[in-house]
Amino acid sequence: MLPLEPEIPSYAAFAAALVDATRATPPIVTGPPGKGAVKRYNVYRNNVTVSLVNALAAVYPAVQRITGDEFFRAMARFHIRATPPSSRLLFEYGRDFPAFIETYEYARGLPWLADVARIERAWLDAYHAADAEPLSAASLAATPPERLADAVFTAHPATRIVRSRFSAVTIFAANRNEAPVGQIDAGTPEDGLITRPDAEVIVRHLPEGGAVFLESLISGQSLGEAAALALRCSPSFDLAAGIAGMIQAGAFTTLSLGAA
Amino acid sequence: MSAAVLSGLHATEAHRFPVFRVRDLAGSSFKHEHLPAILDDGRQRGFFEVHAENYMGAGGPPHRALEAVRRDHPISLHGVCMSIGGPEPLDRTHLARFRALVERYEPALVSEHLAWSTHQTTYFNDLLPLPYTDATLGRVCDHVNQVQDAIRRPLLLENPSTYLSFSESTMAETEFIRRIAEHTGCGLLLDINNVFVSATNHRFSALEYLSNFPLDRVGEIHLAGHAEQTDDEGDLLLIDSHDGPVADPVWKLYELIIARSGPIPTLIEWDSNIPGWPVLRAEAAAAQAILDRYKRDARDAAA
Repeated sequence: MLPLEPEIPSYAAFAAALVDATRATPPIVTGPPGKGAVKRYNVYRNNVTVSLVNALAAVYPAVQRITGDEFFRAMARFHIRATPPSSRLLFEYGRDFPAFIETYEYARGLPWLADVARIERAWLDAYHAADAEPLSAASLAATPPERLADAVFTAHPATRIVRSRFSAVTIFAANRNEAPVGQIDAGTPEDGLITRPDAEVIVRHLPEGGAVFLESLISGQSLGEAAALALRCSPSFDLAAGIAGMIQAGAFTTLSLGAA
Repeated sequence: MSAAVLSGLHATEAHRFPVFRVRDLAGSSFKHEHLPAILDDGRQRGFFEVHAENYMGAGGPPHRALEAVRRDHPISLHGVCMSIGGPEPLDRTHLARFRALVERYEPALVSEHLAWSTHQTTYFNDLLPLPYTDATLGRVCDHVNQVQDAIRRPLLLENPSTYLSFSESTMAETEFIRRIAEHTGCGLLLDINNVFVSATNHRFSALEYLSNFPLDRVGEIHLAGHAEQTDDEGDLLLIDSHDGPVADPVWKLYELIIARSGPIPTLIEWDSNIPGWPVLRAEAAAAQAILDRYKRDARDAAA
Protein backbone atom coordinates (compact mmCIF):
# COMPACT_ATOMS: atom_id res chain seq x y z
CA MET A 1 0.00 0.00 0.00
CA LEU A 2 1.24 3.43 -0.93
CA PRO A 3 1.86 6.00 1.80
CA LEU A 4 -0.12 9.23 1.69
CA GLU A 5 1.01 11.45 -1.16
CA PRO A 6 3.95 13.39 0.24
CA GLU A 7 4.13 17.12 -0.24
CA ILE A 8 6.68 18.23 -2.79
CA PRO A 9 8.21 21.42 -1.40
CA SER A 10 10.85 21.60 -4.14
CA TYR A 11 8.48 23.30 -6.54
CA ALA A 12 7.66 26.09 -4.11
CA ALA A 13 11.34 26.68 -3.38
CA PHE A 14 12.19 26.61 -7.09
CA ALA A 15 9.35 28.98 -7.99
CA ALA A 16 9.90 31.49 -5.18
CA ALA A 17 13.27 32.73 -6.42
CA LEU A 18 12.43 32.82 -10.14
CA VAL A 19 11.29 36.44 -10.35
CA ASP A 20 12.98 37.62 -7.15
CA ALA A 21 16.66 38.27 -7.81
CA THR A 22 17.27 39.07 -4.12
CA ARG A 23 16.69 35.42 -3.18
CA ALA A 24 19.55 32.94 -3.16
CA THR A 25 19.69 29.90 -5.44
CA PRO A 26 17.36 27.27 -3.92
CA PRO A 27 19.52 24.72 -2.03
CA ILE A 28 17.52 21.81 -3.50
CA VAL A 29 19.14 22.10 -6.94
CA THR A 30 22.59 21.08 -8.01
CA GLY A 31 24.97 20.78 -10.93
CA PRO A 32 26.84 17.58 -11.74
CA PRO A 33 29.16 16.29 -8.93
CA GLY A 34 31.55 19.00 -7.78
CA LYS A 35 29.72 21.81 -9.59
CA GLY A 36 27.67 24.73 -8.34
CA ALA A 37 24.19 25.66 -9.55
CA VAL A 38 24.10 29.47 -9.34
CA LYS A 39 24.50 30.23 -13.04
CA ARG A 40 22.54 27.10 -13.89
CA TYR A 41 19.54 28.32 -11.88
CA ASN A 42 19.99 31.80 -13.30
CA VAL A 43 19.32 30.40 -16.79
CA TYR A 44 15.72 29.79 -15.65
CA ARG A 45 15.49 33.21 -13.99
CA ASN A 46 16.71 34.82 -17.17
CA ASN A 47 14.36 32.76 -19.38
CA VAL A 48 11.35 33.77 -17.29
CA THR A 49 12.10 37.49 -17.16
CA VAL A 50 13.33 37.90 -20.74
CA SER A 51 10.44 35.92 -22.21
CA LEU A 52 7.90 37.99 -20.26
CA VAL A 53 9.58 41.27 -21.21
CA ASN A 54 9.42 40.08 -24.82
CA ALA A 55 5.76 39.20 -24.35
CA LEU A 56 4.99 42.75 -23.17
CA ALA A 57 7.06 44.18 -26.03
CA ALA A 58 4.97 42.13 -28.46
CA VAL A 59 1.73 43.55 -27.03
CA TYR A 60 3.03 47.15 -26.75
CA PRO A 61 5.32 47.88 -29.75
CA ALA A 62 4.35 51.57 -29.96
CA VAL A 63 5.06 52.11 -26.26
CA GLN A 64 8.45 50.48 -26.77
CA ARG A 65 9.20 52.63 -29.80
CA ILE A 66 8.27 55.79 -27.91
CA THR A 67 10.31 55.02 -24.79
CA GLY A 68 13.22 53.23 -26.48
CA ASP A 69 14.27 49.66 -25.75
CA GLU A 70 16.24 50.22 -22.57
CA PHE A 71 13.55 52.31 -20.86
CA PHE A 72 10.84 49.88 -21.96
CA ARG A 73 12.66 46.79 -20.74
CA ALA A 74 13.38 48.35 -17.33
CA MET A 75 9.72 49.40 -16.98
CA ALA A 76 8.54 45.95 -18.07
CA ARG A 77 10.81 44.26 -15.51
CA PHE A 78 9.26 46.32 -12.70
CA HIS A 79 5.81 45.35 -13.91
CA ILE A 80 6.66 41.63 -14.18
CA ARG A 81 7.96 41.64 -10.62
CA ALA A 82 4.80 43.37 -9.35
CA THR A 83 2.29 41.57 -11.59
CA PRO A 84 3.53 38.33 -13.13
CA PRO A 85 1.11 36.64 -15.55
CA SER A 86 -1.70 34.52 -14.17
CA SER A 87 -2.93 33.30 -17.57
CA ARG A 88 -1.00 30.78 -19.62
CA LEU A 89 -2.01 32.68 -22.74
CA LEU A 90 0.62 35.34 -23.28
CA PHE A 91 -1.69 37.43 -25.45
CA GLU A 92 -3.79 37.91 -22.30
CA TYR A 93 -0.79 39.24 -20.37
CA GLY A 94 -0.28 42.93 -19.66
CA ARG A 95 -3.87 44.02 -19.01
CA ASP A 96 -2.61 45.94 -15.97
CA PHE A 97 0.36 47.42 -17.81
CA PRO A 98 -1.38 50.70 -18.87
CA ALA A 99 -2.39 51.40 -15.25
CA PHE A 100 1.16 50.53 -14.16
CA ILE A 101 2.59 52.99 -16.72
CA GLU A 102 0.35 55.69 -15.26
CA THR A 103 2.00 55.23 -11.85
CA TYR A 104 5.54 54.54 -13.12
CA GLU A 105 7.70 57.34 -11.78
CA TYR A 106 10.03 57.59 -14.78
CA ALA A 107 7.10 57.82 -17.25
CA ARG A 108 5.55 60.91 -15.63
CA GLY A 109 6.91 63.10 -18.42
CA LEU A 110 4.84 61.07 -20.91
CA PRO A 111 1.30 61.46 -19.48
CA TRP A 112 -0.29 60.14 -22.70
CA LEU A 113 1.76 56.92 -22.73
CA ALA A 114 -0.78 54.90 -20.71
CA ASP A 115 -3.56 55.75 -23.18
CA VAL A 116 -1.38 54.70 -26.12
CA ALA A 117 -0.88 51.41 -24.25
CA ARG A 118 -4.66 51.11 -23.79
CA ILE A 119 -5.14 51.38 -27.55
CA GLU A 120 -2.46 48.73 -28.13
CA ARG A 121 -4.15 46.40 -25.62
CA ALA A 122 -7.51 46.98 -27.36
CA TRP A 123 -5.83 46.33 -30.73
CA LEU A 124 -4.65 42.89 -29.58
CA ASP A 125 -8.03 42.04 -28.07
CA ALA A 126 -9.67 42.92 -31.38
CA TYR A 127 -7.07 40.81 -33.22
CA HIS A 128 -7.94 37.68 -31.19
CA ALA A 129 -11.69 38.35 -30.87
CA ALA A 130 -14.23 35.91 -32.30
CA ASP A 131 -14.96 36.29 -36.01
CA ALA A 132 -18.39 37.70 -36.86
CA GLU A 133 -20.11 39.20 -39.88
CA PRO A 134 -20.59 42.94 -39.32
CA LEU A 135 -23.99 44.58 -39.74
CA SER A 136 -24.46 45.64 -43.36
CA ALA A 137 -25.65 49.00 -44.59
CA ALA A 138 -28.47 47.09 -46.34
CA SER A 139 -29.82 45.71 -43.04
CA LEU A 140 -29.93 49.20 -41.65
CA ALA A 141 -31.55 50.57 -44.81
CA ALA A 142 -34.25 47.86 -44.60
CA THR A 143 -35.39 49.15 -41.22
CA PRO A 144 -38.59 51.25 -41.43
CA PRO A 145 -37.51 54.87 -40.84
CA GLU A 146 -40.22 55.43 -38.21
CA ARG A 147 -38.81 52.51 -36.16
CA LEU A 148 -35.15 53.49 -36.45
CA ALA A 149 -35.06 55.34 -33.12
CA ASP A 150 -36.01 52.07 -31.37
CA ALA A 151 -33.22 50.08 -32.99
CA VAL A 152 -30.89 48.28 -30.55
CA PHE A 153 -27.51 46.97 -31.76
CA THR A 154 -25.23 44.10 -30.76
CA ALA A 155 -21.55 45.04 -30.64
CA HIS A 156 -19.13 43.05 -32.78
CA PRO A 157 -16.85 40.92 -30.51
CA ALA A 158 -13.80 42.92 -31.65
CA THR A 159 -15.22 46.40 -31.00
CA ARG A 160 -13.40 48.52 -28.41
CA ILE A 161 -13.42 52.23 -27.55
CA VAL A 162 -10.55 54.07 -25.88
CA ARG A 163 -11.08 57.66 -24.72
CA SER A 164 -8.11 59.89 -24.01
CA ARG A 165 -7.47 63.40 -22.71
CA PHE A 166 -4.45 63.34 -25.05
CA SER A 167 -3.78 62.74 -28.74
CA ALA A 168 -3.37 59.04 -28.04
CA VAL A 169 -4.83 57.85 -31.37
CA THR A 170 -2.46 60.01 -33.42
CA ILE A 171 0.54 59.03 -31.28
CA PHE A 172 -0.42 55.34 -31.51
CA ALA A 173 -0.80 55.50 -35.29
CA ALA A 174 2.52 57.32 -35.74
CA ASN A 175 4.42 54.72 -33.71
CA ARG A 176 3.03 51.44 -34.99
CA ASN A 177 5.34 51.46 -38.02
CA GLU A 178 8.92 52.32 -38.88
CA ALA A 179 8.20 55.68 -40.55
CA PRO A 180 9.69 58.78 -38.94
CA VAL A 181 7.39 60.59 -36.50
CA GLY A 182 6.85 64.33 -36.99
CA GLN A 183 5.75 66.86 -34.39
CA ILE A 184 2.52 65.86 -32.64
CA ASP A 185 0.52 68.15 -30.38
CA ALA A 186 -0.15 65.67 -27.58
CA GLY A 187 -2.70 67.87 -25.83
CA THR A 188 -5.77 67.43 -28.06
CA PRO A 189 -8.25 64.94 -26.57
CA GLU A 190 -8.91 62.01 -28.89
CA ASP A 191 -11.26 59.03 -28.81
CA GLY A 192 -10.39 55.85 -30.69
CA LEU A 193 -12.64 53.16 -32.15
CA ILE A 194 -10.96 49.77 -32.62
CA THR A 195 -12.71 47.21 -34.85
CA ARG A 196 -11.92 44.12 -36.89
CA PRO A 197 -14.75 43.60 -39.37
CA ASP A 198 -12.65 41.04 -41.28
CA ALA A 199 -8.94 40.11 -41.06
CA GLU A 200 -7.49 43.55 -40.35
CA VAL A 201 -7.71 45.47 -37.09
CA ILE A 202 -8.67 49.09 -37.79
CA VAL A 203 -8.15 52.00 -35.39
CA ARG A 204 -10.23 55.10 -36.16
CA HIS A 205 -10.22 58.54 -34.62
CA LEU A 206 -13.84 59.24 -33.57
CA PRO A 207 -15.42 62.66 -34.19
CA GLU A 208 -16.78 64.65 -31.26
CA GLY A 209 -19.67 62.88 -29.55
CA GLY A 210 -18.87 59.65 -31.39
CA ALA A 211 -17.53 57.81 -28.34
CA VAL A 212 -20.55 58.71 -26.17
CA PHE A 213 -22.87 57.65 -29.01
CA LEU A 214 -21.17 54.27 -29.55
CA GLU A 215 -20.67 53.49 -25.85
CA SER A 216 -24.38 54.12 -25.35
CA LEU A 217 -25.27 51.76 -28.21
CA ILE A 218 -22.81 49.11 -26.98
CA SER A 219 -24.42 49.26 -23.54
CA GLY A 220 -27.74 48.35 -25.18
CA GLN A 221 -29.48 51.73 -25.35
CA SER A 222 -31.59 52.42 -28.43
CA LEU A 223 -30.44 54.54 -31.35
CA GLY A 224 -32.78 57.32 -30.23
CA GLU A 225 -31.41 57.32 -26.70
CA ALA A 226 -27.79 57.16 -27.88
CA ALA A 227 -28.30 60.04 -30.32
CA ALA A 228 -29.96 62.21 -27.66
CA LEU A 229 -27.13 61.49 -25.21
CA ALA A 230 -24.42 62.28 -27.78
CA LEU A 231 -26.13 65.55 -28.74
CA ARG A 232 -26.46 66.55 -25.12
CA CYS A 233 -22.71 65.96 -24.56
CA SER A 234 -21.58 67.41 -27.91
CA PRO A 235 -24.05 69.77 -29.63
CA SER A 236 -21.99 69.49 -32.84
CA PHE A 237 -22.47 65.70 -33.00
CA ASP A 238 -23.42 64.63 -36.53
CA LEU A 239 -25.86 61.71 -36.23
CA ALA A 240 -25.87 60.75 -39.93
CA ALA A 241 -22.05 60.67 -40.01
CA GLY A 242 -22.03 58.72 -36.73
CA ILE A 243 -24.31 56.02 -38.14
CA ALA A 244 -22.41 55.85 -41.44
CA GLY A 245 -19.12 55.62 -39.53
CA MET A 246 -20.21 52.76 -37.28
CA ILE A 247 -21.45 50.74 -40.27
CA GLN A 248 -18.26 51.40 -42.21
CA ALA A 249 -16.14 50.39 -39.21
CA GLY A 250 -18.11 47.17 -38.67
CA ALA A 251 -18.67 48.00 -35.01
CA PHE A 252 -21.92 46.01 -34.71
CA THR A 253 -23.25 42.66 -35.87
CA THR A 254 -27.03 42.80 -35.53
CA LEU A 255 -29.90 45.20 -35.14
CA SER A 256 -33.19 44.49 -33.40
CA LEU A 257 -36.30 46.57 -32.99
CA GLY A 258 -37.22 45.44 -29.50
CA ALA A 259 -40.71 45.96 -28.11
CA ALA A 260 -42.47 48.91 -29.73
CA MET B 1 -22.22 -4.02 -46.03
CA SER B 2 -23.23 -2.18 -49.19
CA ALA B 3 -21.09 0.52 -50.73
CA ALA B 4 -23.91 3.02 -50.26
CA VAL B 5 -24.05 2.34 -46.52
CA LEU B 6 -20.28 2.56 -46.29
CA SER B 7 -20.15 5.89 -48.07
CA GLY B 8 -22.99 7.06 -45.84
CA LEU B 9 -20.90 6.15 -42.81
CA HIS B 10 -17.97 8.04 -44.20
CA ALA B 11 -20.14 11.06 -44.74
CA THR B 12 -21.23 11.14 -41.11
CA GLU B 13 -17.62 10.88 -39.97
CA ALA B 14 -16.58 13.65 -42.35
CA HIS B 15 -13.33 15.35 -41.53
CA ARG B 16 -13.04 19.09 -41.80
CA PHE B 17 -9.55 18.70 -43.24
CA PRO B 18 -7.80 16.10 -45.39
CA VAL B 19 -6.15 13.16 -43.62
CA PHE B 20 -2.38 12.98 -44.24
CA ARG B 21 0.19 10.45 -43.13
CA VAL B 22 3.31 11.86 -41.49
CA ARG B 23 5.28 8.69 -40.83
CA ASP B 24 8.10 9.39 -43.30
CA LEU B 25 7.97 13.16 -43.21
CA ALA B 26 10.10 16.02 -41.97
CA GLY B 27 8.56 19.37 -41.08
CA SER B 28 9.22 22.72 -39.47
CA SER B 29 7.78 25.16 -36.97
CA PHE B 30 5.04 27.28 -38.55
CA LYS B 31 5.71 31.01 -38.20
CA HIS B 32 3.09 33.51 -39.41
CA GLU B 33 5.64 35.67 -41.17
CA HIS B 34 6.34 32.70 -43.47
CA LEU B 35 2.71 32.21 -44.49
CA PRO B 36 2.85 34.09 -47.83
CA ALA B 37 6.06 32.24 -48.84
CA ILE B 38 4.61 28.88 -47.78
CA LEU B 39 1.40 29.49 -49.74
CA ASP B 40 3.50 30.58 -52.76
CA ASP B 41 5.34 27.25 -52.63
CA GLY B 42 2.00 25.45 -52.84
CA ARG B 43 1.38 22.07 -51.30
CA GLN B 44 4.63 20.57 -50.04
CA ARG B 45 5.79 17.21 -48.82
CA GLY B 46 6.15 17.80 -45.09
CA PHE B 47 4.30 18.97 -42.02
CA PHE B 48 4.09 22.03 -39.81
CA GLU B 49 4.12 22.26 -36.05
CA VAL B 50 2.35 24.97 -34.07
CA HIS B 51 2.36 25.90 -30.40
CA ALA B 52 -1.18 25.22 -29.24
CA GLU B 53 -1.39 28.31 -27.02
CA ASN B 54 -0.99 30.68 -29.98
CA TYR B 55 -4.33 29.41 -31.31
CA MET B 56 -6.32 29.62 -28.11
CA GLY B 57 -7.82 33.01 -28.95
CA ALA B 58 -11.47 33.07 -30.05
CA GLY B 59 -10.82 34.03 -33.67
CA GLY B 60 -8.94 36.35 -35.97
CA PRO B 61 -5.84 36.05 -38.16
CA PRO B 62 -4.12 33.21 -36.22
CA HIS B 63 -6.94 30.79 -36.99
CA ARG B 64 -7.16 31.94 -40.59
CA ALA B 65 -3.43 31.32 -41.04
CA LEU B 66 -3.57 27.88 -39.46
CA GLU B 67 -6.60 26.90 -41.53
CA ALA B 68 -4.80 27.96 -44.70
CA VAL B 69 -1.79 25.79 -43.84
CA ARG B 70 -3.86 22.86 -42.59
CA ARG B 71 -5.87 22.64 -45.81
CA ASP B 72 -2.81 21.34 -47.68
CA HIS B 73 -0.60 19.87 -44.95
CA PRO B 74 -0.60 17.70 -41.86
CA ILE B 75 0.06 19.60 -38.66
CA SER B 76 1.52 18.74 -35.31
CA LEU B 77 -0.10 20.39 -32.29
CA HIS B 78 2.58 21.07 -29.68
CA GLY B 79 1.39 22.19 -26.25
CA VAL B 80 3.78 24.31 -24.23
CA CYS B 81 2.15 25.12 -20.91
CA MET B 82 -0.06 22.26 -19.70
CA SER B 83 2.33 21.99 -16.71
CA ILE B 84 2.14 18.18 -16.81
CA GLY B 85 5.22 17.98 -14.59
CA GLY B 86 3.80 20.30 -11.94
CA PRO B 87 2.50 19.39 -8.48
CA GLU B 88 -0.90 20.99 -8.96
CA PRO B 89 -3.96 19.54 -10.71
CA LEU B 90 -4.16 20.34 -14.42
CA ASP B 91 -6.05 23.51 -15.29
CA ARG B 92 -9.40 22.28 -16.60
CA THR B 93 -10.03 25.38 -18.68
CA HIS B 94 -6.68 24.97 -20.39
CA LEU B 95 -7.29 21.28 -20.95
CA ALA B 96 -10.66 22.07 -22.55
CA ARG B 97 -9.03 24.63 -24.87
CA PHE B 98 -6.41 22.06 -25.84
CA ARG B 99 -9.03 19.44 -26.59
CA ALA B 100 -11.01 21.94 -28.69
CA LEU B 101 -7.94 22.57 -30.86
CA VAL B 102 -7.38 18.85 -31.36
CA GLU B 103 -11.00 18.53 -32.50
CA ARG B 104 -10.89 21.61 -34.69
CA TYR B 105 -7.61 21.03 -36.55
CA GLU B 106 -7.37 17.22 -36.58
CA PRO B 107 -3.59 17.20 -36.08
CA ALA B 108 -1.51 14.19 -37.14
CA LEU B 109 0.59 14.54 -33.98
CA VAL B 110 -0.22 15.92 -30.52
CA SER B 111 2.51 16.54 -27.95
CA GLU B 112 3.33 18.22 -24.63
CA HIS B 113 6.36 18.62 -22.37
CA LEU B 114 7.70 16.84 -19.33
CA ALA B 115 7.99 20.13 -17.46
CA TRP B 116 5.99 22.63 -15.41
CA SER B 117 5.39 26.32 -15.92
CA THR B 118 2.68 27.36 -13.45
CA HIS B 119 2.91 27.52 -9.68
CA GLN B 120 -0.11 28.59 -7.64
CA THR B 121 -1.37 31.65 -9.52
CA THR B 122 1.78 32.53 -11.46
CA TYR B 123 2.56 31.47 -15.03
CA PHE B 124 6.32 31.57 -15.59
CA ASN B 125 6.38 31.06 -19.36
CA ASP B 126 9.32 28.66 -19.20
CA LEU B 127 9.70 24.89 -19.22
CA LEU B 128 10.88 24.24 -15.66
CA PRO B 129 12.54 21.01 -14.50
CA LEU B 130 11.16 18.55 -11.94
CA PRO B 131 12.62 16.07 -9.47
CA TYR B 132 12.47 12.44 -10.61
CA THR B 133 10.96 10.53 -7.68
CA ASP B 134 8.15 8.02 -7.16
CA ALA B 135 5.93 10.86 -5.92
CA THR B 136 6.45 13.06 -8.98
CA LEU B 137 6.15 10.02 -11.27
CA GLY B 138 2.68 9.26 -9.89
CA ARG B 139 1.54 12.80 -10.42
CA VAL B 140 2.91 13.05 -13.97
CA CYS B 141 1.19 9.75 -14.88
CA ASP B 142 -2.12 11.07 -13.51
CA HIS B 143 -1.72 14.21 -15.60
CA VAL B 144 -0.81 12.35 -18.79
CA ASN B 145 -3.82 10.07 -18.31
CA GLN B 146 -6.05 13.08 -17.79
CA VAL B 147 -4.83 14.71 -21.02
CA GLN B 148 -5.23 11.48 -23.00
CA ASP B 149 -8.75 10.99 -21.64
CA ALA B 150 -9.62 14.52 -22.71
CA ILE B 151 -8.21 14.35 -26.24
CA ARG B 152 -9.21 10.68 -26.70
CA ARG B 153 -5.88 9.74 -28.27
CA PRO B 154 -2.31 9.09 -27.11
CA LEU B 155 -0.14 12.07 -26.27
CA LEU B 156 3.53 12.32 -27.23
CA LEU B 157 5.50 13.47 -24.17
CA GLU B 158 8.75 15.35 -24.83
CA ASN B 159 12.01 14.84 -22.92
CA PRO B 160 13.26 18.16 -21.49
CA SER B 161 16.51 20.06 -21.80
CA THR B 162 17.77 20.97 -18.32
CA TYR B 163 20.54 23.02 -16.74
CA LEU B 164 20.48 21.54 -13.21
CA SER B 165 19.11 18.60 -11.29
CA PHE B 166 17.35 18.06 -7.95
CA SER B 167 19.24 16.49 -5.05
CA GLU B 168 16.13 14.51 -4.15
CA SER B 169 15.86 12.73 -7.55
CA THR B 170 16.02 8.96 -7.15
CA MET B 171 16.00 7.83 -10.78
CA ALA B 172 17.49 8.69 -14.14
CA GLU B 173 15.43 10.74 -16.59
CA THR B 174 15.30 7.84 -19.05
CA GLU B 175 13.90 5.53 -16.37
CA PHE B 176 11.35 8.18 -15.33
CA ILE B 177 10.21 8.62 -18.93
CA ARG B 178 10.11 4.89 -19.62
CA ARG B 179 7.89 4.34 -16.58
CA ILE B 180 5.51 7.14 -17.63
CA ALA B 181 5.14 5.52 -21.05
CA GLU B 182 4.56 2.09 -19.48
CA HIS B 183 1.99 3.34 -16.96
CA THR B 184 0.02 5.61 -19.30
CA GLY B 185 0.53 4.12 -22.75
CA CYS B 186 1.60 7.53 -24.02
CA GLY B 187 3.98 7.98 -26.92
CA LEU B 188 7.18 9.99 -26.73
CA LEU B 189 8.57 12.98 -28.54
CA LEU B 190 12.35 12.55 -28.60
CA ASP B 191 14.07 15.94 -28.76
CA ILE B 192 17.61 15.07 -29.78
CA ASN B 193 18.87 18.60 -29.27
CA ASN B 194 17.51 18.41 -25.71
CA VAL B 195 19.42 15.16 -25.20
CA PHE B 196 22.63 16.75 -26.46
CA VAL B 197 22.11 19.93 -24.37
CA SER B 198 21.33 17.97 -21.19
CA ALA B 199 24.17 15.48 -21.76
CA THR B 200 26.65 18.33 -22.10
CA ASN B 201 25.24 20.20 -19.10
CA HIS B 202 25.08 17.18 -16.78
CA ARG B 203 28.24 15.54 -18.15
CA PHE B 204 26.59 12.28 -19.22
CA SER B 205 26.84 10.41 -22.51
CA ALA B 206 24.17 11.30 -25.08
CA LEU B 207 24.63 7.90 -26.71
CA GLU B 208 24.06 6.12 -23.44
CA TYR B 209 20.95 8.22 -22.78
CA LEU B 210 19.62 7.31 -26.23
CA SER B 211 20.37 3.62 -25.70
CA ASN B 212 18.30 3.77 -22.49
CA PHE B 213 15.46 5.70 -24.13
CA PRO B 214 12.41 3.61 -25.15
CA LEU B 215 12.79 4.28 -28.88
CA ASP B 216 9.88 2.01 -29.77
CA ARG B 217 7.58 4.60 -28.14
CA VAL B 218 8.88 7.55 -30.15
CA GLY B 219 6.28 9.07 -32.48
CA GLU B 220 8.12 12.28 -33.32
CA ILE B 221 11.64 13.71 -33.21
CA HIS B 222 12.59 17.33 -32.60
CA LEU B 223 15.79 18.94 -33.84
CA ALA B 224 16.82 22.52 -33.03
CA GLY B 225 19.75 24.86 -32.51
CA HIS B 226 21.34 25.70 -29.17
CA ALA B 227 23.58 28.43 -27.76
CA GLU B 228 26.70 28.29 -25.61
CA GLN B 229 27.26 29.81 -22.17
CA THR B 230 29.39 28.85 -19.18
CA ASP B 231 28.55 27.46 -15.74
CA ASP B 232 29.87 28.58 -12.31
CA GLU B 233 33.21 26.88 -12.98
CA GLY B 234 33.64 28.42 -16.43
CA ASP B 235 32.83 25.19 -18.24
CA LEU B 236 30.47 24.85 -21.19
CA LEU B 237 26.74 25.16 -20.46
CA LEU B 238 24.43 24.73 -23.47
CA ILE B 239 21.19 26.68 -23.74
CA ASP B 240 18.19 25.26 -25.61
CA SER B 241 17.65 28.47 -27.54
CA HIS B 242 15.96 27.36 -30.82
CA ASP B 243 17.58 30.37 -32.47
CA GLY B 244 19.85 28.86 -35.10
CA PRO B 245 20.60 25.84 -37.31
CA VAL B 246 20.84 22.31 -35.91
CA ALA B 247 24.39 21.59 -34.67
CA ASP B 248 26.52 18.93 -36.40
CA PRO B 249 26.72 16.53 -33.42
CA VAL B 250 22.91 16.66 -33.15
CA TRP B 251 22.59 15.73 -36.85
CA LYS B 252 24.96 12.80 -36.22
CA LEU B 253 22.91 11.54 -33.27
CA TYR B 254 19.77 11.95 -35.36
CA GLU B 255 21.17 9.86 -38.20
CA LEU B 256 22.15 7.12 -35.73
CA ILE B 257 18.61 7.02 -34.36
CA ILE B 258 16.97 6.90 -37.78
CA ALA B 259 19.41 4.20 -38.91
CA ARG B 260 18.40 2.17 -35.86
CA SER B 261 14.64 2.85 -35.82
CA GLY B 262 13.70 3.64 -39.42
CA PRO B 263 11.84 6.85 -40.39
CA ILE B 264 10.15 8.83 -37.58
CA PRO B 265 8.35 12.16 -38.24
CA THR B 266 10.98 14.83 -37.64
CA LEU B 267 10.52 18.48 -36.90
CA ILE B 268 12.95 21.40 -37.10
CA GLU B 269 12.15 23.90 -34.34
CA TRP B 270 13.18 27.52 -34.80
CA ASP B 271 11.51 30.01 -32.44
CA SER B 272 13.86 32.97 -32.11
CA ASN B 273 16.00 34.94 -34.63
CA ILE B 274 13.66 33.38 -37.16
CA PRO B 275 15.23 33.23 -40.63
CA GLY B 276 13.50 33.58 -44.00
CA TRP B 277 11.35 30.65 -45.11
CA PRO B 278 13.98 29.22 -47.54
CA VAL B 279 16.47 28.72 -44.67
CA LEU B 280 13.95 26.88 -42.50
CA ARG B 281 12.71 24.89 -45.51
CA ALA B 282 16.32 23.82 -46.27
CA GLU B 283 16.82 22.56 -42.68
CA ALA B 284 13.66 20.47 -42.98
CA ALA B 285 14.85 19.21 -46.39
CA ALA B 286 18.12 18.07 -44.78
CA ALA B 287 16.14 16.01 -42.25
CA GLN B 288 13.92 14.70 -45.05
CA ALA B 289 16.99 13.54 -47.00
CA ILE B 290 18.12 11.45 -44.00
CA LEU B 291 14.61 9.99 -43.57
CA ASP B 292 14.48 9.12 -47.27
CA ARG B 293 17.90 7.50 -47.22
CA TYR B 294 16.92 5.12 -44.42
CA LYS B 295 13.52 4.46 -45.89
CA ARG B 296 15.31 3.27 -49.05
CA ASP B 297 17.83 1.27 -47.02
CA ALA B 298 15.01 -0.43 -45.13
CA ARG B 299 13.41 -1.37 -48.45
CA ASP B 300 16.74 -2.67 -49.83
CA ALA B 301 17.31 -4.76 -46.72
CA ALA B 302 13.83 -6.26 -47.06
CA ALA B 303 14.36 -7.11 -50.75
